[in-house]
Amino acid sequence: MAGKKRADIGEGSLLYNDLARGGGDLYPPVRDQSQPPPESPGYTYIGKPTSRIDGREVVTGEALYTHDIKLRDMLIGKILRSPHACAEVVSIDLAPALAVPGVLAGLKLAEGKVRYAGEQVAAVAAVDARTADKALTRIKVDYKVVPFVVEWQKARQDGSPRVRDEKSNVEKFNEYARGDVDKGFAAADVVLERTFSTGVEIHHPTETHGSIAKWEEGRLIVHDSSQNVHGVRDGLARALKIPAADVTVITRYMGGGFGSKLGANDYTVAAARLAREARRPVKIVLSRKDNAMCVGFRPSTYQSYKAGVRKDGTLTALSVVNFSCGGVGYGDEIAEPVIDLYECPNCKVEEFSVFDNTCASRACRAPGHTQSMLGLEGMMDALAAAVGMDPLELRRKNYSTRNRGGTGIPYSTKGLDKCYDAGAKAVGWERRNAVPGAGIGRVRRGIGVSSSIWWGGGVPGTLADIVLYPDGSVEAVCGTQDIGTGTRTHMAVVAAETLGLEPKDITVRLGDTEYPWAPASGGSQTTPSVAPAVRDAALKALDRLKQIAAEKLQVRPEDVMMESRTFRSGPEPSKSIPFAEVYRALRREAVFHGERPGYPTDKFAFNTFGAHFAEVEVDLDTGKVRVLKYAAAHDSGQIINTRTAESQVIGAVTQGLSTAVFEERIMDSTTGNPVNPNLEDYKIATALDVPEIGVTFIPMTDPRLNNLGAKGLGEPPRIPSSAAVANAVFNAIGVHVGSIPMTPARVLAAIARREARS
Amino acid sequence: MDKRTDGKVRGVSRRDFIKGMGAGALGSAVIPQLLGQEAIQTKRGRVPVYEKKQVALTVNGKPASLMVAPNETLLDVLRDRLGVTGPKKVCDHGQCGGCTVLLDGTPVYACMSLAIRADGRSVTTVEGLAKDGRLHPVQDAFIENDGYQCGFCTPGFLVTAAAFLDGNRNPATGEIERALSGNLCRCGNYPKIHRAVAAAARKMKGA
Repeated sequence: MAGKKRADIGEGSLLYNDLARGGGDLYPPVRDQSQPPPESPGYTYIGKPTSRIDGREVVTGEALYTHDIKLRDMLIGKILRSPHACAEVVSIDLAPALAVPGVLAGLKLAEGKVRYAGEQVAAVAAVDARTADKALTRIKVDYKVVPFVVEWQKARQDGSPRVRDEKSNVEKFNEYARGDVDKGFAAADVVLERTFSTGVEIHHPTETHGSIAKWEEGRLIVHDSSQNVHGVRDGLARALKIPAADVTVITRYMGGGFGSKLGANDYTVAAARLAREARRPVKIVLSRKDNAMCVGFRPSTYQSYKAGVRKDGTLTALSVVNFSCGGVGYGDEIAEPVIDLYECPNCKVEEFSVFDNTCASRACRAPGHTQSMLGLEGMMDALAAAVGMDPLELRRKNYSTRNRGGTGIPYSTKGLDKCYDAGAKAVGWERRNAVPGAGIGRVRRGIGVSSSIWWGGGVPGTLADIVLYPDGSVEAVCGTQDIGTGTRTHMAVVAAETLGLEPKDITVRLGDTEYPWAPASGGSQTTPSVAPAVRDAALKALDRLKQIAAEKLQVRPEDVMMESRTFRSGPEPSKSIPFAEVYRALRREAVFHGERPGYPTDKFAFNTFGAHFAEVEVDLDTGKVRVLKYAAAHDSGQIINTRTAESQVIGAVTQGLSTAVFEERIMDSTTGNPVNPNLEDYKIATALDVPEIGVTFIPMTDPRLNNLGAKGLGEPPRIPSSAAVANAVFNAIGVHVGSIPMTPARVLAAIARREARS
Repeated sequence: MDKRTDGKVRGVSRRDFIKGMGAGALGSAVIPQLLGQEAIQTKRGRVPVYEKKQVALTVNGKPASLMVAPNETLLDVLRDRLGVTGPKKVCDHGQCGGCTVLLDGTPVYACMSLAIRADGRSVTTVEGLAKDGRLHPVQDAFIENDGYQCGFCTPGFLVTAAAFLDGNRNPATGEIERALSGNLCRCGNYPKIHRAVAAAARKMKGA
């Protein structure tokens, strides 16, 4: 059941789902966990709002993103991309391009076949962008165009052009079964069948993908807009056949990724090769159009459910067949929520990947789960309506305290029930239509709910250092990256909390492979990986400081207390020494290594949970959907910084709303190219589309998980946010639109279906 | 807030200009055909033809003078030639607002503005919002209200918001959202951006 989405290119790298589950077999689970319980919640900073420590750099424009970095003698690299969705590249002639004055290097990149429009064919490096663009027009490529297919429904059919040469366009890539679904359906009072589909969503981070490569004394130094500096380093080393020890990757600031920047990219390899050839640094930045065509997307899904329920709401069987299209890459698995979320003895999942001539999919913020929730939670609402039950009550009725739908191991902590309560109260759940579509008038209102389940326990083996300086300054160092979630700040919060300082006192260093190892910022793993490692290092640093203080005060180290930048003897409060003196006694900087250990995954399931509630209005004449109110509640364990955590949730709701109502890549079957590879025709929610979003964090910690009890949060709020809006539309108009985005045309078609039925 | 993609002050619009150049593509290939002519006819009258033109502009209060090609955008000149990297290139097609700068105080998309049109004019970027080391109230408010996540769209939002607040210290419900609707935030932080701008308005009104 391993996911097929790589967090990196090449062999030996983490699959995305392994990352999400805590690193796969990267690190052995801790069998007999003996971790300290979280400290009493008398925290000064942890769990409270802290403003970002990099605020000034960002709001003044001083923060340098990869796009903004200019190295001395730097060349600009540009990539020629295939206009054809499938073609044999017969020949590439670089000579006319290399003859353009100012062009210093060229590369042939395509060998054999190109399989999607936008695939790399050749590259040049020149003194400036204009010269490079001009050179690209001079490259002569002889293509032999062959038939292609860019619509998954057509790709599925027999006789369709084969995307992967001899291999079929349809491949079963996941299956699961427990119990006997046929028996379950027989035992049900109501059996329903429904189909749900989701469109192709593109990540479109504001900072397009880009890298700068520079060779220095045989070493490769790369600035990359990346969610995974260590993974990029390893991928580049493999691709260029050089030792990983000779590669440095740096990401100081990056403008969003959402899963599309998890590995070493082909254009980064091209930049490194061009730089080697030209003996000068080379920068390659992708255009917005490239971003729409070449660096992945969230696969479409087509999910056919069959579910059985008794009149009292007990689920008896749940089955789904999913066809998911990931272009020349794999589709997304939607299985996990279906398997895990509700207690149900009989469950069956079959999943097929469909291949077509679009670029390879990439992990997109909670891959598979966002799509799964649209179907699973849409199904739950259909069942609730069929048995005349409150949809929230149906969810509570089938609430599960063990994974695998009640048949597996117990959840270490699960606050989903509390999320239901908090969210329902915040949105005013009692105002919903008791019967979907029961309202009157041209503009109908409705309220919908969706649950969230994800992993996010953290990756064991994550490292961080705390460095204490005799002048009293403190560094927190970790080779993670801040992708906009506020990692810099939460490292400072944890270090400051532990050492009795303020977050602004901590100098944070991150985004560099020269720093201790941390996993990709994906899978909602950053906080539960990095924060415990920083905590561990800081606790060790504190021990050392207390030891010095004890010697100076002539007391026992265990009696030393910390208070107002002073170490004091607990039993003899008159004995005290200021921080400054203790730090000075270090005499040189002292480094303390922290590590995030394993956790008992053999005995407990570690998951994050949430529940979202949306209120919408639907115009029956125009089919337009507007979200009026939104409430989100989450169990992500101990929240480190509530200010940035709230932003995570708000952003994920906005993205889910946007995907529910606006976003979809549209392919042109004639040219094999997308018709909306920009930010105007590919609609993204604006300030006018998003309501106020209420966010609640359930006060919980998971002491078995790590020394802070913290779980991940990046993806959990993205998981239910499209589904909650879709279910709200169902509650408003009495029919589930069934497909996202819920464009006016689809909404009107759904309304017409309902009218035809009644 | 209406954003002018280009000044109407002098000469022709970018569209006319490109049409006048004989092609939609801003290729240098068309220029030689026109060289030797002193001017070309457009529907707004005759405009001069340059291969390059000396322009003098003020960027964040500092004078800058350089030769620019007629098809160089203000964004490329700021970022690539003047080292002013606050304005970001996000879409390069006037669709997202990430490159927003003030041209004589009016917000424009720098990716849709030709550099030659900035001749003799004053450009303010996010780098120019702070005065004497003190942040503009809207910059402070973005930090205090967590008005950004990845921060890449932030320079555009800040410039737009600063111009908006200059003209309106007392925004009514919905006015902030409308004012900012020409800027995209892919992290989806809009509610917090609204809160930040509203907080800045209150502060500026009180000040």
